[in-house]
Amino acid sequence: MNIAKVVDAKGLSCPMPLVKSKKAIDQLASGEVIEVKTTDKGAKKDLAAWAQASGHQLMDMKEENGVFTFWIKKA
Amino acid sequence: MADNKKKTTIVLFSGDYDKAMAAYIIANGAAAYDHEVTIFHTFWGLNALRKDEAIPVQKSFLEKMFAKMMPRGADKMGLSRMNFAGVGPRLIKSVMKKHHTMPLPQLIEMAQEQGVKLVACQMTVDLLGLTQEELIEGVEFAGVAAYLADASEGNVNLFI
Repeated sequence: MNIAKVVDAKGLSCPMPLVKSKKAIDQLASGEVIEVKTTDKGAKKDLAAWAQASGHQLMDMKEENGVFTFWIKKA
Repeated sequence: MADNKKKTTIVLFSGDYDKAMAAYIIANGAAAYDHEVTIFHTFWGLNALRKDEAIPVQKSFLEKMFAKMMPRGADKMGLSRMNFAGVGPRLIKSVMKKHHTMPLPQLIEMAQEQGVKLVACQMTVDLLGLTQEELIEGVEFAGVAAYLADASEGNVNLFI
């Protein structure tokens, strides 16, 4: 997977992971992918809901040692 | 594209730090959702928009009293519960720091950065004896009709 931008939102709480992801994805072209890292447990549902509502595609997600990583493809 | 954007409007009536935080977190979230977001500040909610320094303006005795008794800016607002004469906000701010939660003044800044429209209700601005110069830059002044124009197209309308 080609990652155009990495968003490090580790340690930040709501609404920062969402706001940072949005800022990052705005700078991408359609079809490009961002990787978002967060430790906010709420972000799991938040980023999935946001991606769906904005038409982006949540490609994959993993959890490792309390860090959630998301890959989202811009619509 | 701009026309089919969804809209969120929030009426911030309350002058409590916690309630204003909720309003601004929702506003920032909605902006990230690509909504057109407007926060209408009225009554005590206007205090969130006050500059934190004293601005020399001509005021009547009563207006001066109001200016003194109301919190000067978002950071000085009290909590709706467990305020404990000002100790509560200090406690919660230290807890927020630990959790890396953004404090209210920064949430307001970020909202402006994200293009959230901040509106002050002109009638209550006058009522509380506030002036345009005492409020932060970038605030618009309007009344109920402007609110209704936005809210009637709103997908999310909240009163906090």
